[in-house]
Amino acid sequence: MRKVAIIGIGALKARPKSPELSYKEMTYQAAKLAYQDAGIDPQELQSFVTLAEDIHEGTSIFDEYTPDQLGSAQKPMHTITHDGLVGLADAAMQIASGLFDLVVVEAHSKASNIKNKADIEAYALDPNWVRPLGIPAHALAALEAACYIKESGVTEEALAEVVSKNKGNAKSNHLAAYPKSVTLKDFRGSTSRCSPLRDIETAHHADGACVIVLAGEERAKANGAIPVWIQGFGWATETSAIDSKTWDKAVYATAAAKKAFRMAGIADPQKEISLLEIDDTYAFKELQHLEAIWIFERQSAWKKTLEGATAIKGKIPVNASGGCLGMGEMLEAKGLYQVHELVTQLRGKAGKRQVENAKRGVALAWRGVPTSSGACLVLGRQPQ
Amino acid sequence: MNEQASLAPVVPQLIGTNLRTRDFRTGSVFFEYYKPKLEYAWDTGKAIGKFLAEMKKGRVAATHCSKCKRTLVPPRIFCEKCFRDIDKWVTLKDTGVIETFSVSFVTWDVKRLEKPQIPAVIAIDGATPGYGFLHLINTKDWKALRVGQRVKAVWKPAHQRKGSITDIKYFEVIE
Ligand SMILES: [Zn+2]
Repeated sequence: MRKVAIIGIGALKARPKSPELSYKEMTYQAAKLAYQDAGIDPQELQSFVTLAEDIHEGTSIFDEYTPDQLGSAQKPMHTITHDGLVGLADAAMQIASGLFDLVVVEAHSKASNIKNKADIEAYALDPNWVRPLGIPAHALAALEAACYIKESGVTEEALAEVVSKNKGNAKSNHLAAYPKSVTLKDFRGSTSRCSPLRDIETAHHADGACVIVLAGEERAKANGAIPVWIQGFGWATETSAIDSKTWDKAVYATAAAKKAFRMAGIADPQKEISLLEIDDTYAFKELQHLEAIWIFERQSAWKKTLEGATAIKGKIPVNASGGCLGMGEMLEAKGLYQVHELVTQLRGKAGKRQVENAKRGVALAWRGVPTSSGACLVLGRQPQ
Repeated sequence: MNEQASLAPVVPQLIGTNLRTRDFRTGSVFFEYYKPKLEYAWDTGKAIGKFLAEMKKGRVAATHCSKCKRTLVPPRIFCEKCFRDIDKWVTLKDTGVIETFSVSFVTWDVKRLEKPQIPAVIAIDGATPGYGFLHLINTKDWKALRVGQRVKAVWKPAHQRKGSITDIKYFEVIE
């Protein structure tokens, strides 16, 4: 298989609203940044992947509306309804197979344009035996949180620390929508919509656009810029059956990471990974995901977090970008913003939030409620 | 009416039991009915935002790329061919040529129309040939309508315009 690298990244600052730009204009601007970063002429690009969900866009057959803003009219292009990391894996395979040399991945969020998010979320529930109960989709995350917190003995302090760390990290990330200093008192004072989840530990939606340019080995080396290599990827779904899925463990994350780590040749995840961007749509998810992918032993992620292991200066920094809590929840673009951060870190260009000696980074994305789906990506300064 | 008999020529031997509307009404067949509620407010952005603002003023706004020399309507802030920012805004005339049209005797939800609706693509004067937008034609004699005929916009009165493509009521043949 041919080696594949990321040679260009571009992202807009995440914001709660973006009324002056259409999604096409946002994507165009992110693409322009990515193509400049890659040092390529857009005419050279060969294939394109968009991640989008019709019901989030408000337009059915949304894949018809994706080419112009990427410069891909009359070129191969398709849309996947999944997280950005799956699109990245798709693009990597297009190159690894020898089909193309230069492939672009794009995802954006215009979450602010969705006027009834609760209905849209409820629409994702099974129509025959879940939706008629009339519970909010958000409650499913609360059910998971309740189970995980009980099984793992997670304390309030540890959850507050995840929120405080991530929103705090976001303060040195110019792309983040929700930077904030959060104290334990703030955490305790936050309201609860579905116990045990408080408002403050739930990521809020943001608008944004992110574009990533991938290249085959020869093309990446000829490019001049420092390539960041794709070492491994995997994705998995546990089950869509809410009644029989695992509530305490993130099984999808384990399955996705297993594939990605094997491909990357990672034998000991605790020792061989420099930093992680992990889905933290809810604070408990960060802890649950870290245990699912062998970064910490079961029931220990919360203790390690309180010890500072996951801080930027800690043993294994997690969500230096601010994560979803600090950056904002950006629908299908979540994973691409994770990739944007990892590439910035692996290039050593993360400024105040730079992780020292960053050699290998891992991204883990979750598709959100009500799913048990996730994807994992391993990036490194070396091809493997 | 014997439903079995009417189906017979199409499907000679149906296996199983036919379902009738009354089976659903009486609840002898189980199903869940759900009407999704989908609400959006799309940001029009710089290009379409300005296009609509100009519509309200009774003008057709376009953008121009000086590299490929195309004048684009509806406007965009980037040239998708050259993949660069557009160079300037221009105002076009509200006249053009019928590129293609259809005489439609049903509405979008398939209701029969006495007076046909005529969707047409109008290539707008001053835009790059072939560029324009989809709109409606109003004519007393749709049988005489031809591709290539010149048309002109009929605008709503200023106080009724609200920054929408429907600020133009329709186009009419001018020669
Ligand atoms: Zn041009």
